[in-house]
Formats: sequence, C-alpha cells, structure tokens
Amino acid sequence: MKLELRGITKHFGSLVANDRVDLTVEPGEIHCLLGENGAGKTTLMNVLFGLLRADAGEIRVDGEPVSFADPGEAVRRGIGMVHQHFMLIPVFTVAENVVLGFEPTRRLGWLDRRRARHDVLALSGEFGLEVDPDAVVETLPVGVQQRVEILKALQRDARLLILDEPTAVLTPQETEALFRIMRSLKESGRSILFITHKLKEVLRVADRITVMRGGRVVGSTTPAEADEKSLATMMVGRDVELVVTKPPATPQGPVLELEHLSVADERGVMVVEDVTLSVHGGEIVALAGVQGNGQTELSEAIVGLRPVRSGSFRLGGADLTHASPRERIRAGLANVPEDRQVDGLVLSMSIAENLVLDQYDRPPYARHGVRNLAAMHENGRRALRDFDIRATGPAVAVATLSGGNQQKVVVARELSRQVRALIASQPTRGLDVGSIEYVHRRVVQARDAGAAVLIVSSELDEVLALGDRVAVMYRGRIVDVVDPGVGREAIGMLMAGSVPGSRHGAPQGPVSGVGT
Amino acid sequence: MTTEPLAAPAGGGTAAGAPPLHRRLLGRLVEANPAVVTVLSVFTALVFGGVLIDVTSTTVLHAWSAIGSHPGTALSLTVTTVTDAYGAILSGSILSPSVLGHAISSGSGWTQVFNPISETCVAATPLILAGVGVAIGFRTGVFNIGAQGQVIAGSIVALYVGFAVHLPIWIHLPLVVLGGAAGGAAAGLIPGILKARTGAHEVIVTIMLNYVFLNLLNYVLGGPPFQLPGQTNEISQKMLPTARMPHLFGSTLRVNLGFVIAIAMAALGSWFMNRTTLGFSFKVTGANPDAARTAGMSHAKVTIVAFAISGMLAGMAGMATLSGTNFFLSSGYGGTLGFNAITVALLGRNKPWGVVWASLLFAMLDVGGAAMQVRTGITLDLTSVIQATIIFFIATPMLVREIYRLRSTGQGALQLFTKGWSG
Repeated sequence: MKLELRGITKHFGSLVANDRVDLTVEPGEIHCLLGENGAGKTTLMNVLFGLLRADAGEIRVDGEPVSFADPGEAVRRGIGMVHQHFMLIPVFTVAENVVLGFEPTRRLGWLDRRRARHDVLALSGEFGLEVDPDAVVETLPVGVQQRVEILKALQRDARLLILDEPTAVLTPQETEALFRIMRSLKESGRSILFITHKLKEVLRVADRITVMRGGRVVGSTTPAEADEKSLATMMVGRDVELVVTKPPATPQGPVLELEHLSVADERGVMVVEDVTLSVHGGEIVALAGVQGNGQTELSEAIVGLRPVRSGSFRLGGADLTHASPRERIRAGLANVPEDRQVDGLVLSMSIAENLVLDQYDRPPYARHGVRNLAAMHENGRRALRDFDIRATGPAVAVATLSGGNQQKVVVARELSRQVRALIASQPTRGLDVGSIEYVHRRVVQARDAGAAVLIVSSELDEVLALGDRVAVMYRGRIVDVVDPGVGREAIGMLMAGSVPGSRHGAPQGPVSGVGT
Repeated sequence: MTTEPLAAPAGGGTAAGAPPLHRRLLGRLVEANPAVVTVLSVFTALVFGGVLIDVTSTTVLHAWSAIGSHPGTALSLTVTTVTDAYGAILSGSILSPSVLGHAISSGSGWTQVFNPISETCVAATPLILAGVGVAIGFRTGVFNIGAQGQVIAGSIVALYVGFAVHLPIWIHLPLVVLGGAAGGAAAGLIPGILKARTGAHEVIVTIMLNYVFLNLLNYVLGGPPFQLPGQTNEISQKMLPTARMPHLFGSTLRVNLGFVIAIAMAALGSWFMNRTTLGFSFKVTGANPDAARTAGMSHAKVTIVAFAISGMLAGMAGMATLSGTNFFLSSGYGGTLGFNAITVALLGRNKPWGVVWASLLFAMLDVGGAAMQVRTGITLDLTSVIQATIIFFIATPMLVREIYRLRSTGQGALQLFTKGWSG
C-alpha cells in the first residue's frame, strides 16, 4: 500500500500538535517515524487511524483521497495498528483473539473454531510468525503476545501496519525476532510504519526515516546517510551527549545491603527469591532484566511498599527489613519509582506541592502541624531553577508538564534531601533524549556525592551507560553480577536466562505475570 | 466523540492498575467538572423545573388548548405561572418584598421580614455540617455513605448529655456540642478502622451501619433513660434549657448559634484541608493513594482519621438540629439528612465553602417550596424534583457541555486522550 499524508494539521486549542505534516510510505517499505515524546507522532497516528479528525490536510491511500471517521474504516482500508499496550483478551486462545470481531461462523451463528485455527496457522506459516493457535494468551511471553497482535492485523488483511513503540517490552532476542518478521512482511509487499525513539533500532531496520520535532517534520533520511549522532541532533534540535561521561567509581563501604531477600506477589507466588546484593557508597549498580522478572517487586520491597517474606534489608548498617516507607525515607533512602504518574506524582497538584510530598510535615514546610506555604513555594522556585524544570511557575499542576519535566520533578524531590541510597526504576522510560541526558547526569552526581545507587532498567543502553556493575535478574533471581565491559551480547544472554556454566540453562523459578 | 472509551486505559494502561469504580466515579463527578458546569447544572435544573410547572398546570394547558383565540394569554400564563412559583420560593426563603413594604410603612412586623431567611439558615445548618464532613471524606478518597448513621449516633450522645446532666449553660452547651461530635466520630471510626485494618469496603459497611444506628435509635427510644416518662411512643425526653442553642436575633426568629457553629466548622474545614499537614496528607491520599504511600504517608492513619472527622461533623449536624430547634428525638430522626449531605457535597465540589453555598441553595428550595405550595398550589415535591435534577446534571457533565456547546476542558481531556495511546 502506498500511503500519503499531505499537510496534516491538528490544533488543540492554541497548541499545534501537527503542523503541515507530509509523510509518504511506499509499498513494501519499512518507514520509521522518529521523534521525542510530544513531537506529534501519536497525534499523527490518531489522525491516520480515524481517532482524530485533522483540521487540514489529506490522507491518500494508493493515490485515492480517504477520510476515516473511526478505526473500523481505517481497518477496512487495510491499515492495521499494533498498540504499545496490547488489546488482547488474556483468557482467550491465540486463535480466538485473532478472529475476535471478525469471527468465522457456521449456521445459526455458531463459532467456527476449526476455521479460525486454520486461518491462524496459515497466516503464521506465511510470515514466519511462530505461534501456537491453541495457547491461552496470558500464558505467552510478551514477544509472542505481540505476534498475536500482528496476526490480528494481518487477519484483517492489513497492507500497512503501524507499530507503536513495539520494542519497549521486548528482550533483545525478541526484538531480533520482531525485526525478522518485519522484513518478511515487507517482502510480501506490505508497508510498515514503525514508531520509535530508539536510534539503534531505526538504523538497523528502516528503509527510510522521517524525524518529527515540535509537531513538524524536520527531516527525512535513510540509514545509509545517517548515524545515531545525526539522528539525535535532528530529533532534539541541538547536539546531544549520547554517552554518559562519568569518572570511574570510587566505591566506599557497603550501604544498601540485601541478604537472601524473598518477596511474594499479590497471589502469594514468590517473585523474588533469595536475592543477595550489596551496593556500595559511591557506585552505581544497574539491575538489568526483562520486565516482569521480579525487579518491580524487589524495588517495592526495598522502599517498603511490599512486605518481605524472608531475608533482610539494611541501609547504612541499620536493619530496615520491616520499616515503614516513611522510616526508610527518613533514613536517607531516595526512590524514583517505576511509574512516575502512579507512584511518584499527584498529577492534579502543583509542582511545589509535589516537591514536598515526603517532607511536607517537617520544617521548614510545616511547624506544629501547620503548613508554611511560602516556604513550599520558595522551594518550588529553587527547584525549577536548579533542576531545569520547564514550567511557568511552581504553582502549575504537574499534569500539564511533559514526561521529561514530570520526571525532573520526581528527581528534584528525591535528590534535594540527604541521600544515602538512591533506587531508581526505569528512570528514563518514555523520556526524550534531552531529559535522559539530564537524569543520567544527576544520577552520576548522586553517586559521586557518595550515595549508593541502584538503577533498575530494562534498557540495555541505560544499563551499560550507567552501571559500574551490572546485576542481571531472571525469574526472580540474580543470575550474575558482571562488569559492564562484558558487552551487550553477554548481558543480553543473561537477561534471556542463560547462565554461564549451567548446562540446564535457566534456573527454575516462577515467573511473574507478563504484562505492561 | 471518541474520547470516552480511550480515557479509560489512561495512566498506566493496565486494568489491574485502574482505580476502583467508586473512586473513578467520584473523579468524574468532581474533578472533571469545572465550576461552570456546576452553575449551568443548577440553571438547567431550574429551567427544567419551570417546564414541569407549566406542563402540570391545568390553567396553562387550558390556555394553550385555546391558543388559536387567545395566543397572548397562553404565552403570558406560561411565563407568569413559572415566575409566580419561583417568586414564591424566593420570597418564602429569603425576603418577601410585600412583607418588607408593609413593615416599612407600618413600622412593625420586622420579624416576618426576617423569618424566611432565618428559616433558610436553620434548614441549612445541619446540611452544612454533614456536607462538609462528607466532602472532607470524598477529598480523602473515602466514600462515606454513613452520614445518616453518624447523625443519629451524634444525636443520641448529645441528647443524653442534654437531659441527663444539670450544669450552667456556658459549660452544658459546649458539652452537648462535644457529645454530638464525639458520638459521630465514634460512629465514623467503625468503618474507618474496618477499612484500614481489614480492607472492608467502606460503602458496604457504612450503608449497613446506617440500619444499625436507625434501629439503635428505635431501641433506646423504647425505654428508660431516653424515653419520655409516661409515653409508650418512641419519643425521647426533652433537652434541658441549658442544653439548647441560644437564638441569635430574639426569641421569634429560630436562627440560632448552631448556624454560626456550622459556618465556623466550614471555615475550619477549609483551613484544615489547605493549611495543615494532616489536611495535605488527606488531599494527597485522595488524589493519588499510591503516590501518598510511596511518599511515606500512612494510608491506614489517613483513612481512620478522615472517617472520624467526617463522622464528627455528621454527628454535629444531628446535634445542631436537636439542640437548635427540635429538642427531642423521635423515631426516624434525621430523615434523609445523611443522603442530602452527599448531595450538597457533590454540588459544592467537595470544598467546604462550596458546601455552604450548596446547602443554602437546597435549604432555600426546601423552605421556599413550602411557601410556594401555600401561595400557588404547586406541590412541594417540585423542589425535590429540582434538587434531584441538579444532581442529575452534575453527574452527567458531558450532557451539560453538549447542551451549552461547551468545549471540553481542552488540556485535561486531551491528555487523557493521548495518554491512552502512549502510556
């Protein structure tokens, strides 16, 4: 399919989300749409998929002008979309999910399961998408669930596939598999619009690259003509430091110590088992692993939000295994939570209020139970300046800030008190390149000030850039602690569960639920 | 618009992470509702009430059936029937121009001039107290449906203090107030502790407790020491004179110290939520309990204290009517006060001062409705319909926006929309 977007313009009030965007996807092409959060990629896709109506501009499919009132019409014209968050029914089988909404039926409306199964097998054979049609979706790894989403689109005869940040939830190996599938789809003449902010992937898989910034297309290039540096510069609009520059660590004594720690999830299943790890003052340990291998639960246990089943947690020698979150905060534990909008911020409240969320009842912000609003606002103004938070003032609601600035509010709050240990989970997820650079610099600063830093990340780039040591988690256990110098390949293998020196591969242990 | 279904997965995107239904409902009712929608809801409900007056008026319908011969009559009757009715509500609840004129010309009858507004204040007093209590609960994320039971609990304690002890008024009356507050707070503590310690859902617990307190009242009214001696009916002893709220403006106007206490509690509630550390932890917990927990706030403590404060204010509401105008308890005391408190809390957008205005409006409709029934023959039930319609429109902000072609809140709606996609 040839898709042309011409002069697409979309306003939201005074904000111009898309400003005369032109984009052409040729038949049989993998076209990457690259841009920071807020660059207008999502709006553009919503317009294309019939979820938003453009104020101006036109969409052409194979040269013919079209206008979609809803996603159903877009699907009928051969456009398929794989969302970042999967739209699958966990308790249904693969075949049932694939045909959902377009179920083949026999007489009297009986479901034709056999045909559904047959269709799925035929499709997966054609494109090398290996899936068991009878498997229940919730039992499948994330990478396979994504294949089911792709199958769904293909079953509806999609000739243009939109993939929205598809690699965010995948292991390096799964990403490779996805790229193979994308190439086979391309060979069959289908077009792919691949939305991402990961520069390495763009260069590996794209035929052509379109870069958006501030609602406009700022450039178009090919992998042959571009490199990471030039793409990042285009995306951000200025030169960017892609590599974290940090002096070698000067580790002191152990500060954050986990001993034989085990943690269960809501269902009582052990998701962290017998984890022993010690992080020294002045060093960064990166906890690598594919999402859903117990890192979330481990970090929740460290900050006191999840009870520990067995084992102990010490901070600076003091046993805090059963301490409340508040006691841990007072003991100098700083926490940048995984989901800033859920655990880190109160979106409806102001920047100033969010900055004192854990200090609101102590001087100078309060005395004898009465808050000192002036001190709070003064602190807000200072943080805006010191942490480069882009906002018109400290009284602005956090909800109106971009993701990067929201994260800066969290980082500002956590790092503006005495920090002995910092635990940061996915600290740069969803952030633009500029904010990533900033957050990384702050983390290294905290390390150099003597804090013990534990970074939980599923981004290999981040793990390698920040970690002085890398601990890899798989199925609730730490499989190995290595020097980042061992390289991407070796760490990627560990993340996938292959343990050096073990002939049986992965250690056995329960997996926590897959999901977003 | 396609924004609604997409708004659902916003902020995380997983169904497991979605807040419980009542919290989402509350969010929709209050946060997604700018003040202009609240004002328009009231206005629309009044228009709707006007239409209802017309179509149920035989005079108006009769005039319309003869519209061919007397078109002017039909139109003017349509308008005057409504303006007469609403005029009667206003003059019956605030100020009657004719009574005022009479008082000015004759120099006497000033009591009659101020009686309507005095009655409105009397009716608003318990609504304000209980409404502020419910509103503080809502802001904290606790859905206190149990104001009704807490009203009764506070009243029983206040009554006991009011008839069983003999003290000078300057110490007796404060004790009555404290008794009401303590009774309500104790009743509020039950669902608070159950929720904090066992996770029992406060909506279920408070609804059930309403029945418990309703029947507790019937039980204590059935015999000594509460029952009025020599009575077989469920009627209590009377409060001693030293336990009654002094009138503010002479003995004939019923407005009393209870109204002052209600306004003072609203002011205190507003200050509490905005300026104290405890109030801040309430607001944070209400807006985002996960972030509150992560920041080290104790969810259990906040829940328990918020419930106690909410119950305390409901108990004071029961006390205020008891000690201000009623002086005794009987079966069914409190009526639907607990539920009206929820209504005014929502109408007041869960802010104490908003609750004060909402309570005054509802009191006006109640007090003025009676005057309207007397003056125009339109049934008092009309005001209940208007009150219900106001809430109906507040609960359906999309409908109000649609009627007045309001642009959706721009930023907010847009954000929900895009978050649904990119997480």
